[in-house]
Amino acid sequence: MREFIVTRFFQLIVTMFIVSLLVFLMIRLRGDPISIMAPPIFNEEQIQALRAAWGFDKPVLEQYAIFLRKAVTGDFGTSFFARRPAMEVVIERLGYSWLLAAVASLIGLTIAVPLGILSALKRNSLLDFVSTALASLGTAMPSFWLGLMLIIIFSVYLRILPSFGALEPQAIIMPSSTLGVGMAARLSRLTRSAMLEVLNQDYVRTAHSKGLQSRQVVLRHALRNALIPVVTVFGLQLGWLLGGSVVVESVFAWPGLGRLMVESINVRDTTVVQAGLFWFSLSFILINYALDAFYMIIDPRIRIG
Amino acid sequence: MEAGKASPEYISTLPPQRSLFTRVTSALFRSPIGIAGTAIVGFVLVLALIGPQISPHEAVGHNLRARFKPPGYSDSAGFYALGTDQLGRDILSRIIAGSRVSVLVGIVSVLIAGTIGVTYGLVSGFVGGLVDTVLMRIVDALLSIPFIVLVVAISGVVGAGLGTLILILGCTGWVTYARVIRSEVLKAREMEYVVAAYAIGQSRPLVMLRHVLPNVISSAIVLAAVQVAVTILAESSLSFLGLGVKTPTVTWGLMLADGKAYINSAWWMTFYPGIAITVTVLGVVFLGDWLRDFLDPNIRARA
Repeated sequence: MREFIVTRFFQLIVTMFIVSLLVFLMIRLRGDPISIMAPPIFNEEQIQALRAAWGFDKPVLEQYAIFLRKAVTGDFGTSFFARRPAMEVVIERLGYSWLLAAVASLIGLTIAVPLGILSALKRNSLLDFVSTALASLGTAMPSFWLGLMLIIIFSVYLRILPSFGALEPQAIIMPSSTLGVGMAARLSRLTRSAMLEVLNQDYVRTAHSKGLQSRQVVLRHALRNALIPVVTVFGLQLGWLLGGSVVVESVFAWPGLGRLMVESINVRDTTVVQAGLFWFSLSFILINYALDAFYMIIDPRIRIG
Repeated sequence: MEAGKASPEYISTLPPQRSLFTRVTSALFRSPIGIAGTAIVGFVLVLALIGPQISPHEAVGHNLRARFKPPGYSDSAGFYALGTDQLGRDILSRIIAGSRVSVLVGIVSVLIAGTIGVTYGLVSGFVGGLVDTVLMRIVDALLSIPFIVLVVAISGVVGAGLGTLILILGCTGWVTYARVIRSEVLKAREMEYVVAAYAIGQSRPLVMLRHVLPNVISSAIVLAAVQVAVTILAESSLSFLGLGVKTPTVTWGLMLADGKAYINSAWWMTFYPGIAITVTVLGVVFLGDWLRDFLDPNIRARA
């Protein structure tokens, strides 16, 4: 366990190091970042001054060394739109994004796990067929379009839910349901197949033959083992959730990190984009790290080197 | 198709078979999912190819006297089955025109991503050792940034437009292939036919291209179908956010962005383009599911 935590932590550091390089290179994809940052009315002299002020006149390697040294301490520079440290701007929005992701995951799991179990238990039934169809539909549907449809129904016609912002508590209902439904569609099929596999195992048959009630067999013996792959895929789908949040937050004007990214890209606030990318990647890595550790605990058979 | 290029000794190991075409079509028509997928994808492809010839109106043609008309509206200019938008343009014609972008982006980006990813995974898995470790760390890092976030950030820096967008999606989408192909290569590398190829004195590059590659390519094909769906969704998201294709090019994502602006008054502007995306993606996913069943030898053996 300890060895696992240390090894994975080392891998995590290496991954974040490469991410920092990617983030650093990304804003230089079109050559000189100043060409993106400078307003078109700037003359050559002003551009030079801006370049020097941001340190873009130094050799690239030196720039990266400076960037990395500052990034380690959480300093990504000043947001030139907000005129405050970029990290501060990003951290303000993180809470909203995490809240949205947590509620959406909860909705996703609450729908997907029971539906997956029931479809597996009643294989080829009408319920199984309908849930398969819904899952395919939910995967194929663009999440932001589902969000727009919810706005049309609940804000425009029924007028019972706010269509944007985060001012009232019920404002989270639509964005989190939008993402939650997409998550459920992606997880329910998987829960079903994991459950089917487990139901064929010897220990499930043994549990049945020693006279346990089906309910107990399913909940105590089968489900616990079927949840292992679900946990893994949940971690991977988190990437989808975080990505989907960029568009869905923009649809609902939810003040999270995803919307901040889009806003900052539109106003060319490079430092905030970099800090945001860093946080997206760090959240994803940390949660998967935690999930790895978690399923090490729930499944002692797994030993990751 | 590839059989003609394969070495005689490779062909001689194969059992006598019906032609590839017969096998594919007969398997296809036995599967409802396969039929549905082919029908949808075929329909969208036809729309993309001959769209302008069959569309009722011009996709960019204004009719300012018929702005925001609901589905089923008709005036002297004609019939608007799915209604009109803020400039009186026909939604149906625009959806037909938009299929072109989705098809183009879906196919070209996936071809680019597939080529990069398969090469990367093949080299990483085949060479192994330190090269493999370094290459896979890079993949891990890239995978830790959600695809859409990465694409949004890059297109913000590089700028938007159809060609750029295709390139961006192609140059970021390869990561998944690299992972999958590498793990397939690791399996294939240990197979007896690879050992045998070495034994008869074939060089490493030759073994990689002639014996390992053909045996991992089916995974890439299945993945490609999934990636076409992912790419079409990504394009619509980006265009919706204003970071992808720009007007006057007609795309489903841009139509949704227009729809959002007038969401209070004209639901049809949002509803129909979304249906077009959903149905198209569904078709691609169905086709991918069928391909997976068809190409996975384990499942085929059971059938």
